[in-house]
Parts: sequence; structure tokens; C-alpha cells
Amino acid sequence: MSIQRPSTPPTARPGPLSRRRLLQGSAALAAGAAGAGTLASCGGAQAPAGATEIDYWLWDALQLPAYSAAIDLFMEQNPDIFVRVTQLGWDDYWTKLTASFVAEAGPDAFADHLARFPEFVSLGVVAPLDGLGPLDDVPAEQFQEGLQELWTGQDGKRYGIPKDYDTIAILYDKNMLTEAGLTPEDLEGLDWNPEDGGTFEQILARLTVDANGVRGDEDGFDAGEVVCHGMGGSDGIDYVGQTAWSPFAFSTGWTFTDEETWGRRFNYDDERFIATIDWFFGLVDKGFFPPFGKFGESSPKQAQLQAGSSALALDGSWMISTYANMDGLDLGIAPLPSGPIGHPMSMFNGLGDSISAQSEKKEEAARLIAFLASDEAQRVIGERAPFFPATDVGTKAAVDSFAAEGLDVTPFTDRVANGETGLYPLVENSASIMSIMQTAFDQRWMGQIEGADFASFNDRVNALFE
Amino acid sequence: MTTATTSTRSAPPRRRKKDDTKLALLFIAPATVGLLAFLVWPLLTGIYYSFTEYTTLTPPQWVGFENYQAMFADPVFWNSLKVTVLYVLINIGVQTVVALVIAVLMQRLTQSTLLRSLVLAPYLVSNVVAAIVFLWILDTQLGIFNIFLQWIGFDPIAFWASETWVIPTVALVNVWRHMGYTALLLFAGLQAIPGHLYEAARTEGAGEITLFRRITLPLLRPILALVLIMTIIGSFQVFDTISVTTQGGPADASRVLQMYIYQNAFAEYQFGYASALSVALLVILMVVTFTQYWLTNAGKSDLD
Repeated sequence: MSIQRPSTPPTARPGPLSRRRLLQGSAALAAGAAGAGTLASCGGAQAPAGATEIDYWLWDALQLPAYSAAIDLFMEQNPDIFVRVTQLGWDDYWTKLTASFVAEAGPDAFADHLARFPEFVSLGVVAPLDGLGPLDDVPAEQFQEGLQELWTGQDGKRYGIPKDYDTIAILYDKNMLTEAGLTPEDLEGLDWNPEDGGTFEQILARLTVDANGVRGDEDGFDAGEVVCHGMGGSDGIDYVGQTAWSPFAFSTGWTFTDEETWGRRFNYDDERFIATIDWFFGLVDKGFFPPFGKFGESSPKQAQLQAGSSALALDGSWMISTYANMDGLDLGIAPLPSGPIGHPMSMFNGLGDSISAQSEKKEEAARLIAFLASDEAQRVIGERAPFFPATDVGTKAAVDSFAAEGLDVTPFTDRVANGETGLYPLVENSASIMSIMQTAFDQRWMGQIEGADFASFNDRVNALFE
Repeated sequence: MTTATTSTRSAPPRRRKKDDTKLALLFIAPATVGLLAFLVWPLLTGIYYSFTEYTTLTPPQWVGFENYQAMFADPVFWNSLKVTVLYVLINIGVQTVVALVIAVLMQRLTQSTLLRSLVLAPYLVSNVVAAIVFLWILDTQLGIFNIFLQWIGFDPIAFWASETWVIPTVALVNVWRHMGYTALLLFAGLQAIPGHLYEAARTEGAGEITLFRRITLPLLRPILALVLIMTIIGSFQVFDTISVTTQGGPADASRVLQMYIYQNAFAEYQFGYASALSVALLVILMVVTFTQYWLTNAGKSDLD
């Protein structure tokens, strides 16, 4: 038998220590090779005499072509600077970055993630950007609302310039919807609540099919022998639950911490969270969501949709082109269901560009990342990007380019336009929180503990801040 | 020729002694430098770091026994110890029996060098490659082994994602990789047993089983003890297979000590605490090794 594999690499943007994306990594490697032509135009060439060489690192192979194009344009306009671009896979990226900081041989500027940058700030390896070259002329208003806030430290200084953002929506295969007797319109305007799951759960029930072909909302349905789950699940669900439980929890009015950013008290013991998590993992018993371990890393959600073993999936905007390129999958995009607070809620996360505190070429690096945030660069990136650049101009370019491929991505962008977003938890100690909470989420998924048992884990997390 | 040899042999002994010392030092020097730089120095600094709070990017701060106190109160540490011991028991138990059987078969049944070297083949595959291959083979959805299970009428098993299966799975994957090597070591031990003992026993009417129990096993004891000491030390240090496949999950079911050390150091930047955990592992290994050495009387042979 041949092993199915996503035809394009899913962007590795899981939490910091989430289970290794080996298979995705190998796919990303293939994409890296595909992008090597572009890479060579920057990385392989020699710096012209007299130009200052700076290093720029990023991990996302899907972003490489877009950023290479923008950086080529930058070097054209700034012949005194030569940028060496390096792309590394997600796992290696952070290991190598840390090692290079210890060896004081890191990049001058690099793509940064919210789960990592608080640690870097407290270790003193990322430079505050205020007062650096042209960066003071990059106003926070230029970006989607709230993005710059995510990259601002507890001291009020900026440690990153937003480069893109992502939100969550429902992705599904239109063919499977038709088989279930549903239309794409049926997925618009769904509602959800933690008690009975609302119309959203009814849709999941309709889409779930057991071994005898009985659907989840029909008599005689066997939840133990499901061949197609209503909602797909990945191989691990972490403390952020970005593409899993977080949209539901947010839509009850729940927040991760006591503060919008830099919170010091987590709310995993809140009754709204407990109700949400019990509903979410309760779907396993109903057969609507796969049990723990059923789908390993070889079968990510897009592969489940393709194989027909799951009908719809909650996933991030960075995955749109991955789903769209799956053979035999007629991709549809629907908004998240609205929750008890009356509207849908999506997690709002974004990557940023940071500058190393060790760099001796901060001015030049600042000029580069200021350029990457400019309208001109954002348009270049947006046109090539399978993701949403951080500014309005860039987002519009990306939405247009998706529309040209026949994909309406507004279920993703509407969340931002309507202000229906909750921020990615920007906190200290994220690696420790990750490792404490992973046990809790694994055990809840396996049905060994209840949502109420999260309180003791929450205490351990909060103890990190004392 | 003879004269030449004689003349070198009859060179003045005093001068030769002096030469020897210098030469010996010269020969020892590379190894000594290596030992000091790559073993003794890291060991000492590691022990020092275990008494500090250290993030690698900021200088270490002395905290006394704080890391050790935290370690003894850390449930994850005790759990990882339990998981590691379970792994070692399964890994070493199965591996030693399988390797012994292979070694005896190699000695008694075949003289073919090809067959004998073939046994070593899995050892030529790197741990990481072996882990990735088995990750695929045992995959719940697409793994060929699970497809086979379904074909003969069983439900697929989530080998990597079940708390019950994950440690036995990792242990057996590593048995597969190491059994040939272990068998080869034991085979070398078997070769040292004089053939006339078997002949004598067979004349007395002893069968294969009796030969094995009465001659092979007792005379193999020193080698077996040595092999056990080596493999147990290696087994306690299991890391790569787990790092590649489960990263310690599900929950904490495969979070072995080395994995926990790695996560503390390289994910959470707690190099001080990670060093304390490493020192604990060092102490455990020392105790295990010395106990074993003493129990099995590994220094003596029954042949003498």
C-alpha cells in the first residue's frame, strides 16, 4: 500500500513542544527543496563588496518564497545591505536558535513565535525595538488591531514587529456534505453551547457515520464503530487548543488568564472552561470526535478529510492552501459556530520579526524588518502568501489571491474585522505550562480524568508565577 | 634476520626504560586530553551546575541543594524513574533471552559467516532511523503491522498512543535493534568454551538442553554478566527512540528520565535542575553497576 501524505507541507505552527511533526517535517523538507531556487537567489549569492551582511532566519517553508521575494526587493533598494536568508524546520529552528545565542553566533533578525518570545525577553536575547533605526516610524495602527500588543513586553517596549496573523475557521469537504444531505448554507450561522452542543453538534451528528452506514443522528448508531467522525482530531491537543477547544471556550466568555497579555493566573479551573472541555472530549463517547491515538501524526486532519475518516475540521488560516491542494478534496470554508456570548470567537495569533540583542548590525536589521512591514513589501508578500500578512494591504492582497483560486477565505478574516477574537496566551513559563498541561489534556482525552480535575493542574501552573 | 633481532634485544636495558616512559606518555597523551576534555571536565561542571540555577544565557547562580530538594518532591521525576525501570526490565529481559538463543543457535547450528554477520544487520541501522521506520510500521491508521492485525481479525492497536503499549513498544523496537549486537558479544563468549567439554558430556549421554544448562550457561557467566552490565547502562539511557516517536506521551507514559532531563534543559532552560536529574541518573547507574558486578561475580571465571 502506498502511504498517503499531504501533497503540500502543513505549516509547522504547533505549540513549542508539541509532538514531533516528523512526517510533516519530511514534507516540509520537500517543499524546502522546491523553494531552494528562491533561496539560492538570496542565500547562495555572494555579498557585493562593501555591503553589510545580515542574517535572517525563518522556519516556515511555505513563507520562504514570499519573504525571499520581498527581501530581494529590499536588497535592490538598499544595495549597502546583503541579507542571508536561512530556513530551518520548526523543531530544529528553536534548538539551533538557542544554541546560536549561547555561542553568540545567532541571526541578526529572525521570525519569532509568541510561545517563545517571553522566554527570550527574560533571557535578554531579543533587543527592544524602540529607537532602532526606522522602526519608530512603524505605527501599531498599521497592523490588524491587537497584533502589536502581542509583541509588546511587560516593560511596554516592542520586541517584535508583526509579520502575519492567523485565525480559525471550519474546513470541510463539499462532497461529504452532499452525501450527508447537507448544503454549505447549513454550515453558516451555527450556534453552540456547552450543554447540548447546539446546532453545531447536530451537524456533527449528521456527518458522523458508523460501520453499518448509520449516521450519528439516526437510530441504531454505534458510537464504538465509527468510520467517519463528524469532526477531525489531530494527534495531540495542547494547553492552547488553538485549533481544537479554544474557539468554544472563548465563545463562553472564558479567557486564558487574568490579563489580556502577560497574565499571571490561569483559568483552567473556571466552570466555563470545565463545561467546554467536558463537552469537547465528551464528543469522543458519542463517536463524533476520534478517540485519543486513533489518528497519529501520519494522519493529520487534512488527511482525515481526504480519506473520508472525518468530515470537517477546525483549522488555522495557515493551513488553507494545504487543504486546498489535497487531491480529491473539494474544499469549503465555513465560519465557527457562535457561542453563548452571541457570536463566534477565534484565537488570534501572529508571528513577528525580532532582532537579536547580540547583533552588531541592529540598525541594518531594523531597516530590513521595517521594510518587511511596509505596504510595498506586504503587498509583495500577500500576493505570494498562503497566509495573511499583518497589515490591511497585505491581508487584502492575500484575500484577493485566494479569491482568484476560487476560495472565499472571509470566514477567517471576518473574525478580525468583527473583533471576534481572543489572543494567543502571551505568558512567561510557556514551556513549563505546556509540559504540565499536556498530561492533563492527554488524560482528559483518554477519559481518565474529568474537566473538574484540571483545577489541580491549574494550581501547578499558577505556582510557576509565584 | 636472527642477528638483527638479537642485536635489538640485547640493546642496553637502562636506555630502553627511559625511552619507554617518554613514549608511553606521548601515546597516552591524546587519550588523556580526550578523557579530561570530554569526560572529566563535563562531569565536574555538570555536578557543579546541579547546585546552581542556570539558563545558559545568564551566569549560573549557586542555590545549594535546592535542585535536589525539588527533585525529591517532583512527582514527574518519580514517575519518569518508574517508567525508565519498566523499560529497562522489558528491554533487557527480552533482549538477553533472545540474544542468548541467537548466540547458541549461531554456535551450534551454522558455520556460515554470512548468516552470522546477517544477525548484526539491525545494529547497522541508526536508532533514529529504526524508530522512524517502526513509527510508520506501527501507525494506527496506515501502519502495515496494524493492517496485518486487521487482516487476521484484530482491532488496530495504537502502539504509540496507548499508555499500556507505549513502553513495551519502545522496548521491543530497541530489542530488535540491539539483539544482534548482544548476540555477537555472547557468541564470542561461547567460542571461548572448550569444545572437549561438550564432547565429554555427550559421551556421557547429555542432551542439548543439559549441555546448555550444565556447561554453556555456567561457563558463559562472566561474559553474560559483562554484557548485562553494558546493556543495562545503555538501556537506562534510552532517549532517541522516544524523542523521535512519542516525546514522552501519552500523558507521562513514556517520559523516561533522559527525556525529562532533555525537556528541562532544552525546552525550559532549567539546566541546573536538568543537571541535578543527570547526577541522579549517574548515581543510579553506579549503584546498579556495582551491585551487579558484585552479585554476578563477573571478575571470575569457572573455567580456571
